[in-house]
Amino acid sequence: MRTLIYLFIGILFGITMFKSEAASWFRIYEMFKFESFHMYGIIGSALVIGMIMVQAIKRFKIKSIYGETIHFQPKEKRYSRYIFGGIIFGLGWALAGACPGPMFTLVGVGYIPILVVILFSVLGTFLYGILRNKLPH
Amino acid sequence: MKNINQMNWIYEPWPWYISGPMIALIMFLLLMVGKNFGMSANLRTMCTICGAGNKADFFKFDWKAQKWNLIVILGAIIGGFIGSHFLTKDMAVAITPNTINDLNELGFNSAGKFYLPNELFETDSLLNLKSILILAIGGLFVGFGARYAGGCTSGHAISGLSNLQLPSLVAVIGFFIGGLVMIHFLFPLIF
Repeated sequence: MRTLIYLFIGILFGITMFKSEAASWFRIYEMFKFESFHMYGIIGSALVIGMIMVQAIKRFKIKSIYGETIHFQPKEKRYSRYIFGGIIFGLGWALAGACPGPMFTLVGVGYIPILVVILFSVLGTFLYGILRNKLPH
Repeated sequence: MKNINQMNWIYEPWPWYISGPMIALIMFLLLMVGKNFGMSANLRTMCTICGAGNKADFFKFDWKAQKWNLIVILGAIIGGFIGSHFLTKDMAVAITPNTINDLNELGFNSAGKFYLPNELFETDSLLNLKSILILAIGGLFVGFGARYAGGCTSGHAISGLSNLQLPSLVAVIGFFIGGLVMIHFLFPLIF
């Protein structure tokens, strides 16, 4: 049953990524060119609603459907990793035009070359795991 | 004719004010089943499944605890199939004329006509070394950067910022520095 719920949420996410065009390389390019409000509207409205939701869950101690407390993991209070990692991610995001959610959506659309992006993003993650202790965090 | 026109809205792309709230809804649904929205974690799980735990401690964790997230990704694949095959007739992305001009000048003649640039994502482009290199380096940076930064667009820009996390703001600023440098300074050199 839980598996079906996750699958349903994933399908909803995939349809949203495709229909919103957030999975389009062109939209990512346009966003970084500041030539359209579209992507900013998507992220901005998701964020405003998201903030209200998270605050409401905390304030009213809303429980999950299984009756468990909802945990929000605070991010580590370090900054080098976020700025360096963020810049590297941004370079790749703009070049490949896909981030780790939409790249899977594009497999379902039927684009074969996106598999190269996925394969190398797994490889990039592996490389980080190997080099982790040598990098400034 | 009238009925057909009334049904056509379903094939239209979603405006931002539908898309954004839908993303918030997805985060909400995940929270309500006790999970956090973060897609790049799956890339780490895939490393672990492939046996990366033998090479680095970073990959030594019980990947079965992340199985739910892999199922979400499987759903995202199915969702992409449904969205493109059943909910869309015209795949062209209506980017602004300025953007189309800029892309034409860089040699992307598919701008404004397709969902992704043909020059990189047509199956034939797998025969082109430059296209493969661009996809490979892009992917490598996305995977490396997301894990280094401890999250991607979903984990930081949506989940982290929604929870008012300053580190996530720093990461998102990083995403934009990287993206702007790539598109404004490196694209003219690459394309």
